[in-house]
Amino acid sequence: MKKEIIRLENVSFDYGDHRVLEDINLNVFDKDFLGIIGPNGGGKSTLLKLILGLLKPTEGNILLFDKPPNEGRKYVGYVPQYTLVDRNFPINVEEVILSGRISHTDFLRRYSKNDRIISDKVMDIMGISNLRKIQIGKLSGGQLQRVLIARALSTDPKLLLLDEPTSNIDVQAETDFYDFLQELSEKMAIILVTHDTGAISSQVKTIACINKTLHYHGEKNIPPKVFEKLYGCPIELIGHGIPHRVLKEHDD
Amino acid sequence: MVFEYAFFQNSLMAGVLAAVACGIIGSYVVVKRLVFISGGISHAAFGGIGLGLFLGFNPLLMAVIFSVFSSSILGIISKKAYQREDTLIGAMWAIGMAFGIFMIYQTPGYVPDLSSYLFGNILTVSRSDILIMFSLNIIIGIIVFTRYNEFLAFSFDEEFSEVTNVPVMKTYIILLSLVALTVVVLVSVVGIILAMALLTLPAATASLFTNTLKKMIAISLIIGVIYMILGIGLSFLLDQPSGATIVLVSGVTYLSLLGIKSLITKS
Repeated sequence: MKKEIIRLENVSFDYGDHRVLEDINLNVFDKDFLGIIGPNGGGKSTLLKLILGLLKPTEGNILLFDKPPNEGRKYVGYVPQYTLVDRNFPINVEEVILSGRISHTDFLRRYSKNDRIISDKVMDIMGISNLRKIQIGKLSGGQLQRVLIARALSTDPKLLLLDEPTSNIDVQAETDFYDFLQELSEKMAIILVTHDTGAISSQVKTIACINKTLHYHGEKNIPPKVFEKLYGCPIELIGHGIPHRVLKEHDD
Repeated sequence: MVFEYAFFQNSLMAGVLAAVACGIIGSYVVVKRLVFISGGISHAAFGGIGLGLFLGFNPLLMAVIFSVFSSSILGIISKKAYQREDTLIGAMWAIGMAFGIFMIYQTPGYVPDLSSYLFGNILTVSRSDILIMFSLNIIIGIIVFTRYNEFLAFSFDEEFSEVTNVPVMKTYIILLSLVALTVVVLVSVVGIILAMALLTLPAATASLFTNTLKKMIAISLIIGVIYMILGIGLSFLLDQPSGATIVLVSGVTYLSLLGIKSLITKS
């Protein structure tokens, strides 16, 4: 039996009077590779924030590594949407990655030799060692995303949480990216959240759909009707094509 | 020569001390986009000055206490309010200012010229003012030196910092309190209303020349000193108000450099 790392029990969340998430139940296990898909405004970001303890649920219970989220999150490597990063900020690649080690620093918040060894290692893994002194505004979208993943990996996580990771990255880079995640998923659990059904590739083992409520599909195919219900726009989805092809691969 | 007069030496010293505080904290104000909330803090500081005058307590010291207190409230409000953060900051801004004016009108007897607090009057800087400014700079320097990496991580990505268990609210309030201290350092040089200019212009100028925060702080410190010396020198030579002259020198220089830089990068 694999170890359970996330448990959401009957979780609901309200922004003021507006119910964003209703009665969510979700269990994630060690080394799972879960894709959560849903339309914009469907509550994806809220769900992530709840898991990370940045928001508190209005109702229900959340456990992260058997602890409340604000304690369990030290095992989580969080990769925010790179499009939300302030590109003008005067910070270089190495400084961004080192900031993943901040909770390990001494009382003067200085990075140790070990922190630097780790940051060198994750830069190596992500293939960005040559960019270390570059200010982040000068990076391409794909490079910046790799920097954010490296920062998350530098925290030595047991779970990697990625928010909209592939928006605007070209197809070849995207394929490489999923191959890389596939490799990584042998060492840690991965949760990937996106509105782009095409971004859920065949490497993703399990899928959940979210639009206020959450439907967990395990390793089964998702009937097209679910997509219709989810996005309220079947034509676009049929036009998309990709989800059907991708999801069928789960049959074998 | 004007340089031999004690008041001129005091003025220059005050200018340099102000430039140090602005160089360090102004860089954070610019990169973390705290300009509006800093405006709120600086205007609310006027409440402290009014209260100090009314109680017969040193107005600058009272402004320290008052503005650190109000910046903590502003910090909490801006994080906890789901919406209309700017409205709440605007309200604090106006209430602090109004409270200061109100208290000053309740003060019996002689009340110093209001405009020297609003627009600064570097000629009236006393030795004790300089001592206060110096001490505040030491506090600012020590805190930023010992928290540098934490402030950097927090300023760059607040959400990620929170996930890595940086005490985000505490860090934010410390940063805003440092803005409050900087505002107090600036009061006698450029005044409450013009403090915003020196919190932003040297750092914004420095950001044209560098890509890392450390260098930005160092460069904006040097640029701040240059602006101060130029501004104070010009105001003495031309017999113009010091605060306004310093701000005009800073503003025109920044905008010119910005224009030159964008022309260069275009071509």
